[in-house]
Amino acid sequence: MTDSSLAALSDTLYSVSVAVYSVALLAFCAQLAFGRRRERARELVGAGAGAAPGGGVLVDDRAPAPVPDGTATATRWGGIAIGVTAIGALTHAAVLLTRGLAAGRLPWGNMYEFATAVVLVAVVVYTVLALRTPNLRHIGVFVLGPAILALVAIGLGLYTEAGPVVAALKSAWLGVHVTAAILGFGIFMVSGIASVLYLVRSRPGADSATGLVSRLPAAGALDRLAHRTAVFGFPVWTFAVIAGAIWAEASWGRFWAWDPKETWSFVAWVVYAAYLHARSTAGWRGRPAAWVNVVGLAVMIFNLTFVNLVSTGLHSYAGVE
Amino acid sequence: MTTTAPPRPTSPPSPPSGPSPARRAGALLLRWWRRLTAMRTAIILLFLLALAAVPGSLLPQRALSQNNVRQYFTDHPDLAPVLDRLYLFDVFSSPWFAAVYLLLFVSLIGCVVPRVGEHVRALRTPPPPAPGNLLRLPDSGRLATPLAPAAALDVVEEELRVRRFRVVRRDGAASTPPGPAARGPELSAEKGHLKETGNLLFHLSLLALLLGLAGGKMWGYEGSILVTEGQGFCNTFQQYDTYSAGPLVDSGDLNSLCVDLDQFRAEYEENLTASSFTADIRYGEPSGEDQETTIGVNDPLRIDGDRVYVTGHGFSPVFTVTLPDGTEFPEIFAPFLPTDQRTLASEGALKLPDLGQGQEEQLALEGFFAPTGLLQGGVLTSVDPRPLAPQVAIIAYQGYLGLDSGLPQSVYSLDATQIERGRLSEVGAANLSVGESLDLPDGTQVTFTGYKEFAALQYSHDPGQLWVLGAAIALLTGLLGLLLLRRERVFVRAGSDGDGGGTVLSLASLTRGGGESGPRFTALSDDLRDALATAAARTATDPEVPSRD
Repeated sequence: MTDSSLAALSDTLYSVSVAVYSVALLAFCAQLAFGRRRERARELVGAGAGAAPGGGVLVDDRAPAPVPDGTATATRWGGIAIGVTAIGALTHAAVLLTRGLAAGRLPWGNMYEFATAVVLVAVVVYTVLALRTPNLRHIGVFVLGPAILALVAIGLGLYTEAGPVVAALKSAWLGVHVTAAILGFGIFMVSGIASVLYLVRSRPGADSATGLVSRLPAAGALDRLAHRTAVFGFPVWTFAVIAGAIWAEASWGRFWAWDPKETWSFVAWVVYAAYLHARSTAGWRGRPAAWVNVVGLAVMIFNLTFVNLVSTGLHSYAGVE
Repeated sequence: MTTTAPPRPTSPPSPPSGPSPARRAGALLLRWWRRLTAMRTAIILLFLLALAAVPGSLLPQRALSQNNVRQYFTDHPDLAPVLDRLYLFDVFSSPWFAAVYLLLFVSLIGCVVPRVGEHVRALRTPPPPAPGNLLRLPDSGRLATPLAPAAALDVVEEELRVRRFRVVRRDGAASTPPGPAARGPELSAEKGHLKETGNLLFHLSLLALLLGLAGGKMWGYEGSILVTEGQGFCNTFQQYDTYSAGPLVDSGDLNSLCVDLDQFRAEYEENLTASSFTADIRYGEPSGEDQETTIGVNDPLRIDGDRVYVTGHGFSPVFTVTLPDGTEFPEIFAPFLPTDQRTLASEGALKLPDLGQGQEEQLALEGFFAPTGLLQGGVLTSVDPRPLAPQVAIIAYQGYLGLDSGLPQSVYSLDATQIERGRLSEVGAANLSVGESLDLPDGTQVTFTGYKEFAALQYSHDPGQLWVLGAAIALLTGLLGLLLLRRERVFVRAGSDGDGGGTVLSLASLTRGGGESGPRFTALSDDLRDALATAAARTATDPEVPSRD
């Protein structure tokens, strides 16, 4: 029941999104190139305020914030970059939409679709944050760069024809468990990138450095961004694991049996729990905690790639030949 | 627990007049306890737990697949026994894995239980008095109003109560000794105790979850069996092909339930992806009324807390054996195990010890089943999982099967050693389509008459399951409360503005969690300023008539 013209459209849109993201990447580069060093006083921007999932009181800095850059050119490039990124995200979403329509199911039934959706979530999370906090536009290069690389790798290495899924995946839990896993992964990706940038930015001597490093947002803002996104992602990931256990009980006959995917999801959960604890513990705050977060992202990526492609377990739905 | 090991007498050279050994031991234990329950230790233990789980996913585990472990032993004959001694094939039930998580849970108990007491006390105690100098707190400011101190505090209290703060008013002059340093009346407010409640709920749920998991392992069991259409099984360990049971399971206490498989159906998409597996079954007490139902993938039978699953399927080829004297044995079949899930090419064996005249003339068939067979150069392969053109390739053996030798044999293959020893010799081989026969030298005829489908069924009993689910839901609830709520305290002190009727309010807030506190404080003080201005305007126009807007 696969509609081949829709499937072909999805594949075309995939290339289009990579191209659009590349244009946005260039614009972000231009922003960095034309921007001058910011004054320190301007860096107290509520990084990632939009991520506060409580939704209660949000920092009111959505109004055009004071130009953090010094030059209007850079700001204009930043605006263009965000705009193009948003267009890219729309085509990217259309990739999944057309695929879902072509196959007549949720478009995350194999590894190609799952990974594509994860990158989409990461880009959308970043775009929303950057719209709320203009200062974060400076890290666009470091979000879009990995996103483009990931998309190219996914397109080349994991591509699978649109098609039906196996019987075990025909369950409402596909919508619950896999969606939560995609959201959690995408959010953690932004968090991990923020922590990497924080580690670069907070190196001794980074403040006096010129060039790229000095144009990143302040270390504190990056650390807060990493923490808030992780705080947002952790319950989502917890829910994904619990929902997975409920599904496994109905599908495989037990809710937890240390299948490789389960084991690595548990490892990731424990590492992120350690990160959240570390960030509020003397002696771990700052760089050590950020390293924990980076390890968390590494575990997530390992769980997606190695566990799907190399180890054998019940989660063998990658569909990669 | 290893951490509470007795103190080493050598470590601190004690002065002769020091405290008694018992007291010193106590102090050392206390120090160890504090170290174990410190957050830093907890983080390291979390890391160890993550690290300890890793080999469990990289090496084959007995709990998941005995076969893979055996294969590993064959592939790495030198390394495997060493790994085995380190419990690396049973990581999740190994003593060192248990040591890490038990230490973590002791650390957690030591951390959380005292906090439960503190939290209960905090819930009963009113918000603490305002600190001496409010303006020293990071989020603080002043508000001037023409209202009298008491009236101004009334307005603030009203505003804070609307925001669901618990508010306590204290008369500053009464609580501090009168004198030049006397402070004005003050107000303390707080909210967000649910944050700490969430924190405690999260951590206690983790404990509950572990208990549920352990209970399920102790009293739970699981049995699997292959059932061909028309056959059935009852829930006793003797009947299962394989089973595993917790140490506290009494095999007499198993739920008495029997299940019969009427029909199994597998459906496929155009590209041969399996789209559904369903099994029509009848179940009930061994003697009681049978109930009919259909179970399938993602849709087990749930009854009295037990579950019956379809975990796989395959084919049982059916043969008729006719002896030379004309005696016919129809409907002889056995499940052939799929070796390729994509095409359901299957292998298996039929052992017929009772057909021949004596022990030395037992008959056995070993072979290959293809649901849709394709013969290429005399070799049979399967090209489709659907039974469109079923064919078998069989080899017939006669001789002694060795079934009563006392050594266990696989039911899915013949004992190769019997063939090597010449006790069992090949007497014929053929590729057969449905209806075709193989004639053996002694006149016995083996006819391939068709196939039946079999289902791999699993019977599971886990009494801890619902408990674990409840704990997981509580855990998530607690986590959301912990991460999304904030605890806030607001302090306000009224002071005279120096020239008569007006008041200057000192205002400060303390926040835990929830991110940026500065902008929220600004918003709160803006709202309070507006409320004070409105109240002042009302008092100024007419204290008797409330203002119309």
